Amino acid sequence: MDVLIFMIPIALFLGTTGLAAFLWALRNGQYDDIDGAEHRVLMDD
Amino acid sequence: MCCADLSLAYAQEHPAASRAAARDLSPFVVAGADGLSRVELAVEGVRCAACMRAIEDGVGALPGVAKARLNFTDRRLAVEWRGSLGLDAILAKLDGLGYRAHPFDPKRPGPVEARETKRLIRATAVAGFASMNVMLMAVSVWAGNVSDITPETRDLFHWMQALIALPAAAYAGRPFYESAFRGLRAGRVNMDFPITLGIVLSLIMSVVEAASGAHHAYFDSAVMLLFFLLIGRTLDQTMRRRTRTLAENLSALRSETAAKIFPDGSVREAPLSAVAAGDRVLVRPGDRVAVDGVVEEGTSEIDRSLVTGETNLVAVGPGQAVHAGALNANGALTVRVTAADAGTLLDEIEKLMARALETKSKALLLADKATRLYVPLVHAAAALTMLGWLVTGAGWHAAVLNAVAVLIVTCPCALGLAIPAVQVAAAGALFRDGVLLNGGDTLERLAEVDTVVFDKTGTLTLPEPRLVGEAEDSEVLETAARLALSSRHPLAAALAEAARHREVFPSAREEAGLGVAAVIDGVEARLGSPAFCGAEREAKAALERHPEASVICFRHGERVSAFLVRQALREDAVETVAALRRAGYRVIVLSGDRRAAVADAAQALGVAEWESGLTPAGKIARIEALKAQGHKVLMVGDGVNDAPALAAAHVSISPVTAAHVSQAAADALFMGRRLGPVLSALATGRKAKRLMTQNLAFSAVYNIFAVPLAAAGFLTPLIAALAMSLSSVAVTTNALRARLRGPAAAPKSARRRAGAGKPKPTATAAPALQTA
Repeated sequence: MDVLIFMIPIALFLGTTGLAAFLWALRNGQYDDIDGAEHRVLMDD
Repeated sequence: MCCADLSLAYAQEHPAASRAAARDLSPFVVAGADGLSRVELAVEGVRCAACMRAIEDGVGALPGVAKARLNFTDRRLAVEWRGSLGLDAILAKLDGLGYRAHPFDPKRPGPVEARETKRLIRATAVAGFASMNVMLMAVSVWAGNVSDITPETRDLFHWMQALIALPAAAYAGRPFYESAFRGLRAGRVNMDFPITLGIVLSLIMSVVEAASGAHHAYFDSAVMLLFFLLIGRTLDQTMRRRTRTLAENLSALRSETAAKIFPDGSVREAPLSAVAAGDRVLVRPGDRVAVDGVVEEGTSEIDRSLVTGETNLVAVGPGQAVHAGALNANGALTVRVTAADAGTLLDEIEKLMARALETKSKALLLADKATRLYVPLVHAAAALTMLGWLVTGAGWHAAVLNAVAVLIVTCPCALGLAIPAVQVAAAGALFRDGVLLNGGDTLERLAEVDTVVFDKTGTLTLPEPRLVGEAEDSEVLETAARLALSSRHPLAAALAEAARHREVFPSAREEAGLGVAAVIDGVEARLGSPAFCGAEREAKAALERHPEASVICFRHGERVSAFLVRQALREDAVETVAALRRAGYRVIVLSGDRRAAVADAAQALGVAEWESGLTPAGKIARIEALKAQGHKVLMVGDGVNDAPALAAAHVSISPVTAAHVSQAAADALFMGRRLGPVLSALATGRKAKRLMTQNLAFSAVYNIFAVPLAAAGFLTPLIAALAMSLSSVAVTTNALRARLRGPAAAPKSARRRAGAGKPKPTATAAPALQTA
């Protein structure tokens, strides 16, 4: 069971990274214009 | 060319107006500390990627523009620029690209809703993260409990769960805790109270359990409960915010500026907040009057249908009062302002509306039905469990543990999702049908409706007038219609629709307040009032046939014709009203318009109960009378004068136009030229109510089985979690049925339910209504 000492922090770290990434995306306005994104992908500039 | 002619005639009359090109738009621009100027614009007509591209590239190419970004979801363009570029240059550029744009007043109250939504999304993310990680460890403990986990490892896992769950619940649960606390301070127990109690108690119990080295802890139940509840609440909030954003865009389209005449004689466009009583403003033909005031110079006819419901044009001249919201037809007016930003007739109407809203919220407090039934049950069950275990001598520990188990099992997702899931699914279905919901409990209130009250002007009828289809000499009609192209008069606009060749006569000129005159084929032609055309006799004869219509006359040499114009019914108004009556609804028309006009519309629709010439207060009185008899009234109305009546009704729906006051008051809005959305709103409301009842019944059955098991102390966390997940999946799947529909489903479902024990309106109970 010693392996848990490493596994739990790693699991928590990965989870926290995901959460932080989501919160960053939210703050950065990635979800502000969901409908616009599907049109924007077709623009080439 | 017609515009050039008009502005020429207009400039001759008002020399100051030719300098009106400079618009004072500076109050809309926010200057940042970094030297950048910012503005937000509502843009009309954005439909595709090409539009986005054209707008962003076009505005971005202007000198000094640092950023131009269009939000497609909100139809709003944010522009940032450096230097001396003016907002009017940006508007002119957009105009050149073919898009009309309207700036938002930055002094308007900030976007509280947007912040609330972001907060809910963040809370959902945190709760989701916590519930997944806690579940991971909880499942390990359950598996370990039936195999070979050591007590030390189990304790470690419990404390790890506490480490994640406690801060996460403290953060993510705040929307519920705050709402429960607000409710308690206002002296009532709302739905969030048992949720808060369940979460807090289960967390405390879990800490106690973990500290005593027990086999089970309940961190997983607490955070999963939070996660599911937050999902429901976020979806609900997002849907409502979207509706409100679109409504806000519309209100930006309304004129919030007036052409102010400065002491030096110059005329500039200024926001209403910069216009004071005693100032003079210019109202051009085709403009909406933005202030209350007294006419100083000029004569014209004004359309007051938005304010009073009266569709006939009213002549005004020097010394007469005009009110904000009226549409100026054909002459330029100089108005001395009596009230601009506050104290106008519009404000009076808004005050009436606020009073009506207040009475409604009192009724809403009483109607918190689900909470009234549900909250005491949960608490009683938990209290009984604890008492029972204490009486049988099981000790405090087991008693509190089982009471908490009951609390967790009774207030989980099934009940939390039963209502919001249906609401979200139904709101999505309605959005597809062109109906936008403005309030959380609109659906439930729509389902209770048994009486539908329609306003006439702009609701049953289309907002713009139409030519009455009479067999006329087509050549005369064509000439008159082409002449009408040169006029800005609303009646002339209806006639101009008929023109096949859309070129104006070069010699046409508008005589303010009278009509248009031109020389056609060497003979003078006139279009306008009966007196202007010398056609009083023809006008009188035409009006005798159609007393509800308005008349516009045409003279070409010796030939005289009178054209009739009226506001036509919406294309599906007759079918919709018929379908409503078939479904068992009582249909009433209450209008501020003239008797003849209302009688005609009511007859066409087959509506026997109608009243005309009503003031806003009169409409409220009629609706209050219906309410006093126990009827649940749906008010369908447009126009500023309907706003208080909309607020007074049990539930209200309003067609989307620029009359923003009534939109703020309506519980739902519908788009497009058809009246059918009213029908689908009612049908969806009933369907949603049925699904909500089913979901609540399912949850009740689930609880009937789960509560005794939990109270008896048989419920392990694994079984509780499984039951919880399965019940919420069942409830959500059922809710998704609100999105299903067949083409004929709307009136049929309403009809089927209409027969089922709904109180039938009795003739004796009817208020004093005229009968056609």
